[in-house]
This record gives sequence, structure tokens and C-alpha cells, in this order.
Amino acid sequence: MPIVKLTPIAQPELCLDCYAISPDALAGLTESGIADLEVWEGKVRWRLGDFFEVSGDAGRTPDETHVVVDGDASRMKYIGYKMTGGMITVNGSADMYLGGWMKGGKIHVTGDVDSFCGIQMEGGEIMVDGRAQNHVGCAYRGDWRGMRGGTLRIRGDAGNDIGTFINGGTIIVEGNAFIHVSTHGEGGTVIIKGDVQGRVGGQMVKGDIFVLGAIQHMLPGFKKVDTIEKEVDGQPYRLDHYVGDLGERHPSSRGQQVLGNLYVRAA
Amino acid sequence: MAELLIKNGSVFDPTRSINGDVMDVAIRDGRIVESAGPNAKVIDASGKTVMSGGVDIHAHVAGPKVNAGRTMRPEDKLFKSQAAAGGYRMEMGFSIPSTFRTGYDYARMGYAFVMEAAMPPLHSPHVHEEIHDTPIVDEAALPVFGNNWFVLEYLKRGEIENAAAYIAWLLKASKGYGIKVVNPGGTEAWGWGLNCLTLDDAVPYFQITPKEIVSGLIETNEALGLPHSVHIHQNDLGNPGNYRTTIDTLRLAEGVTAKNRFGREQVIHSTHLQFHAYGGDGWGNFESKAREVVDYVNGQKNVTFDLGAVTLDETTTMTADGPFEHHLNGLNHLKWTNVDVELETAAGVVPYVYSPSIRVCGIQWAIGLELALLCKDMDRCFISTDHPNAGPFTRYPRIYTWLMSRKFRDETIGSFKYSDKVVAATEIAGLDREISLYEIAQMTRSGPAKALGLKDLYGGLSPGQDGNVVIYDIDPANLPSDPSKLEAAFQRAAWFIKTGEVVVKDGEIMNHGNKRTLWVRANVPENPQVKRDIHDKFIKDYTVGLQNYEVRDYLAPNPYVIEVEMEA
Ligand SMILES: [Zn+2]
Repeated sequence: MPIVKLTPIAQPELCLDCYAISPDALAGLTESGIADLEVWEGKVRWRLGDFFEVSGDAGRTPDETHVVVDGDASRMKYIGYKMTGGMITVNGSADMYLGGWMKGGKIHVTGDVDSFCGIQMEGGEIMVDGRAQNHVGCAYRGDWRGMRGGTLRIRGDAGNDIGTFINGGTIIVEGNAFIHVSTHGEGGTVIIKGDVQGRVGGQMVKGDIFVLGAIQHMLPGFKKVDTIEKEVDGQPYRLDHYVGDLGERHPSSRGQQVLGNLYVRAA
Repeated sequence: MAELLIKNGSVFDPTRSINGDVMDVAIRDGRIVESAGPNAKVIDASGKTVMSGGVDIHAHVAGPKVNAGRTMRPEDKLFKSQAAAGGYRMEMGFSIPSTFRTGYDYARMGYAFVMEAAMPPLHSPHVHEEIHDTPIVDEAALPVFGNNWFVLEYLKRGEIENAAAYIAWLLKASKGYGIKVVNPGGTEAWGWGLNCLTLDDAVPYFQITPKEIVSGLIETNEALGLPHSVHIHQNDLGNPGNYRTTIDTLRLAEGVTAKNRFGREQVIHSTHLQFHAYGGDGWGNFESKAREVVDYVNGQKNVTFDLGAVTLDETTTMTADGPFEHHLNGLNHLKWTNVDVELETAAGVVPYVYSPSIRVCGIQWAIGLELALLCKDMDRCFISTDHPNAGPFTRYPRIYTWLMSRKFRDETIGSFKYSDKVVAATEIAGLDREISLYEIAQMTRSGPAKALGLKDLYGGLSPGQDGNVVIYDIDPANLPSDPSKLEAAFQRAAWFIKTGEVVVKDGEIMNHGNKRTLWVRANVPENPQVKRDIHDKFIKDYTVGLQNYEVRDYLAPNPYVIEVEMEA
């Protein structure tokens, strides 16, 4: 797969909106065409080449394009924005909205990501080796349509508001999370391998949450129904099964009320 | 001031029965004139459609409920906001656009005037600030009266003169244009958790019925001789089977004659009629009653209406019909805002998705268009979406195109998930009529201008009228067979000249224009009782003092004030 290497040569004063760093924006372009793509610092328009040294031509299609950001992109927002295929590797950290509205392809970040990673994601894979800030795989503010598909894996810890309004797909946080997991969830799966402080599944209608560590403060809208054995992310666990949020409106399917499932590692 | 000569366009001006004749239009000092001198700037309009500037009789474009929608729906701006360019302002949002987008998009479509359809009087300073912040397009605002405590009390006692004196005072205090009625009595009943779904449901405490409110306000309106008639959003909006209440309300106009010096003939303007032309006794057998409603309107010369056509978009509903918004939220479970405005009114806001995959939405779409296609007098039938309730105003070009092209309507019906069910519940599929450019000009220019009592300024291209001229890149002799081309030409005018200035060229904004705020000063005989009532209610019931209530002049810095005199 042709590789386009973007090496940071300058850091912006404000965060840079890098809608152009995606296989979709680069596909079919040569080195010089890529350097001419626009990036925005607030309302000021720059060339991608003003902040990155570009080497290599892109593939013919997004699927045939691998973008490597080789260095610190912790002030570069919107990497992988709306991408449909191909690959992005960030050898370093990335700023907000990494993989936002992504539909396909793969993103691998070796460092950390800021907030809104995988916001309203519909497909593809995101893997972050480090930590994530808040709003992992959440809905856009105000929107009632959250993540719909794909896989989002954070190897470290994550902050608050994970999977708000999640509707499909899988979020895995291998470390700990702060508060608000799958708030307003309507489907999909969120796995927190570490501990969560609280507010897990608030106003959740449907979907699955797994907390493989402990929940410090359970919400009162969840009721324990069972203890089960189940494999989660390739490992067997003994889990207490709760349903909820019982304070929320729930649809029926074939005469049965549909509820959200919360599984917490059994003592 | 510069002169302009628009040469060789195909002109549509229903006020003079001009139907596509190739002719010139001259403008001097911001007004249409007979002819231009040799130094006039010439614009070649050959092979193009020329009309006067559009007039929108009903849209929610400014004020606290529009802002509540903006606050509640940041997602309405997502992917729909462009950076500023060329010295003009950033434009944001779709169903609840920013003020700048509102002004720019009306101008791009060639509109000269829009009526803000529901001003809560207490918040009229905010309404005027937003109107002032919306460039180019002239605006006025209709204060709501149908649930106002003064009005309910005066009309309950049959005191038309007192109601008139109060309304005259409020129009001046709020810089308002006329009498809007939203769910008469029902919004006040909502304060008790109730509603008025028929004309005879009495309002709690006040013990007055919607019928008495509407009849009383019609009488008051004609006593004052206002330029516009009572403008009504009827009871039982949006519910299956409501067409009977709709026709019952329109019957209240029977035998009443318009009294005014503005050439207005109707005594009731029935707004967003689509929402009021529903049959069935539940959503299961929901069906169109457009024919029943329009048949009545066709025979009733003193009634006008606008469509409130559904555009099949994701949008934001907002109305002073508080109980309706609560009801709608119970149907779609999205977000809901509710506001009470003291002695005057209330409001609710709920996002709504009119989906082509939902049977009811398809039927609503059909009803909006049927109302126009079945109408026999296009000077009394106006295009609206009740922006943003049935869709954003930026979809007017698509509505024109649906009305002008049976092929486009059939394509849309074919795209529905439940086409057969929509066809069975409506008669849209059997309607061959294709509306002409002349009829579009009636429905968007001459008709609404006359109904608003503004025919001296807008709606036509006679000498003396405002120099508002739009040129669409549409050759009437050779209409595009592709509906999307027709729509695009209406969306982005080739030229729009507003009071003599070129404000749009090739769909781009060229100038912020000379925006005006219109309002009505109704002069009535001195009325000490009403004066005392106002004073007392501000002491007793309002949270603000009387001295803080009025809209200061600086909030409407470029006013056009229409004076009316009520005889003692
Ligand atoms: Zn309205």
C-alpha cells in the first residue's frame, strides 16, 4: 500500500483543523498536491505543507492509501475525519476528533488522544495505545444519534462521557474510566476493563456495558437479575448481570420490554 | 442615486396580469419607474424570468423561541456552517439558521419581505434585535393575542372598543404589525395542563371559548382597520380529524367584510393549513382532508391561507402552541423546551424528522401540495413551510418545483417506503395540475403582499412600488426538464435588486442592503379604562415594570411605520 508520510515541521499557535489528513482527502494526489491541501488555524487558512513535510504519493483510492503522521500531532485535530477506508498511523499523540464520523479503514495512534475520539463513528477501527480524554465514541453535542458501528479501543484510561447515545459498534477501554458510560445508550457495547467511578448507564435504553473492574457508585436505576459466566474480549469472566435504566422509557419487542444490560465483575 | 434598467426579461407580474411578456423594468431612487435615462446601468435579462421580490407571509425567523431552538440544537449547525468569505459574515445552521444566514438565504431566493409570525410581546425587544441583525430582507412581526389576559377579559365582556385600544397600545409598545392568534385559548389552558381542541372548549378561569376569541379579534381587527387581517393558527393543530375544527373556525369569517384602506379583502388568514387538514380518527387511518378544506376556502372570498408544506427534512418545530409541543414530544421522544410568557403566551420547541420512510410524513407532504393544487384562486393561497415547523424556508424552491412538475412529485412518491399507503390516503397521485410561473408569482408576490396590506410596496412591478426585482435563470419558453435545475435556479437568483441596490449576483451576496422594520401605529380614541387596566396589571401581574416594557426606537433603527386611524 502506498505510504504518505507527514512529518511535523511546525506547530500551530492555535489547534489546527486537519480535515485533510485522511486517506479520502489524499487519494489520487501526489506529494505536491497533498502539500497544497488546506488546513485551518481558527479562521486562517494554511497549506498542509506549512506544517508537515510530505513524502510519498497517495494511492489511487482511499483503500490503497496509508497515511503516516510521524511525530507529535497533539495540536492537530480531525485526523481521519469521515474516512471510509485505508489506514492512518500516528507515531505520537493526536488532538481532538480523531476518527470522527469515520465509516471505514483503520487508525492506530501510538500515543494519547484528546477528547471526541471516534465521535459518531459508523465503521472501521481505531486503536489508541495510550490514554483518551473525554467523550470517546460519543454523539455530537445535542445530537441523539451516537456511535453506530466499528471498534474503538483505548489501551489506557479514558475520561468522562464514553459512548453517549451509542447505537452500535464496540468501545473498549482497557484502563479505568471516570464517569458517564453509555448515557442514553440505545445499542452497541462498551467494555471498561478497569474501574469506573459512577453514572454507568444513566438513561440507557438498550445495549450492553461490561465493567470488569469495580463501579464505585452504582446508579439506582439498575436491578441485579443474575450472575453469569461470559467471555469478554477473549477472556472468561464471572459477572453480575443488571438491567436498566429502569427510570427510562423502554421499547417492547414481541411483547417483551427491551432493557439495557450492565455486567459487572462478580465478587 | 443610480438608475437600473433590466432589459428584455420575461416578466411575471400578476398585479397587472403580465404573464411572461418580454419587457424592461426600470428602477430609480429605490423605486420602480416608467423608464430609465440613458445613463442607467443595464442588466440583460433576456431568456430569464423576472419577478418582483418575494413576500413571505409566515415564518419564525427571529426571537426567543428561534433562539431556544438554536441553543437546544447545536447539532443543527454540524456540517452546515461555512466560513465567512468576501467581507460577508459566517453563515450557520439549517432549520434554525443564524440571523446572517437567514438574511442571505432569503436574498439569494429573491425575497424582499418576511413576516416573523409569532412575537411574544414581553420579549419583543429581543425579536427586534434579531430582526435588526438579519440583513437585507425587510421584516415585520406579529404579536400573539389569542391567549393574552387583557384580550380574554375584554372579549369575554364583549368590549371590542377596549380590546381595540389595548391592541393598538400593544402594537405600538412592541412595534408589532398585526393580530396573530395561536391556538386561541388553548395555550392559556395549557397553564392548567389542559388544551382547547374544539371551538367550544372554554378556557379555565377566563370562561371564554376559542369561538368567542376568534370572532372578537376579527371584529376588533376590522374596527381598527389594520393593514393585515387576523392571522390564525387554529385549535387542534396536527391531530387526525382536525379538519372539522378548521372549517368551523373559517366559518366565523362568514358575513364579515374587510374594513381598511389598504385594499385587503380577507378578514382571516389561516396559516400553515397543511397541519389543519387532517382526516382519520387516529394515526392508523390518518388521511388527507385537503379537498374538504380547500373546497370551503375556494368558495369563501374573505379567507386567505398559506400552505405550511412539509419538505421531508430534519427540522425544528417551534410554536406558541405549548400543549402541542408537549404532545409532539410524547410522540417522538426527542428534546423538548417549554416556556411560559406571563400574561401573554407560551412556547415550545421540539426537533422533528419528517422521514420519507414514515407513512404519516408522506401523507403530510402530500397534503401540503394538494392544498395548492386544488386551490382555484392563487391570489389567496401562499407558499410557506411555517418555517421551520414543516421544513426550512430554504426549501421554497423545492416546493415551487414539486408544484410545477408532476414528474418530480411522482419521483418523490416513488421514493417513499410506503408509497401505496400514502397514495391511498391522499389524492396527490391523481392530480395532473402543474402550477405556472405566473401562479408562483401570485402565491409568493402579489397574493401575500395584498393580504398583508402591503401592495403599495411589494408584490408587483408598477411604478412607485419598491425597486425589488429578482431575475431567475429560468427561460419560461424552455423550462428545464430536470426538476433539480429548476430548483437550483430559484435557490440562487441570477440577480436580486432590493430597493434599487444589487444585493445578489449569481447567487452570491453583494451588499447588505437597506433593511427595514415595518410596524403599525394604530391611533385610537383616548381610553382611560384601558390605560388604567394596563397600569394595574403591570403593578399586579407582570414581572417587569411598564417603563421597561416598550421596544425602544434604537432597536428598530430603520423603521417603516404604517399609520391607521380608528374612528371614534
Ligand atoms: Zn407558525
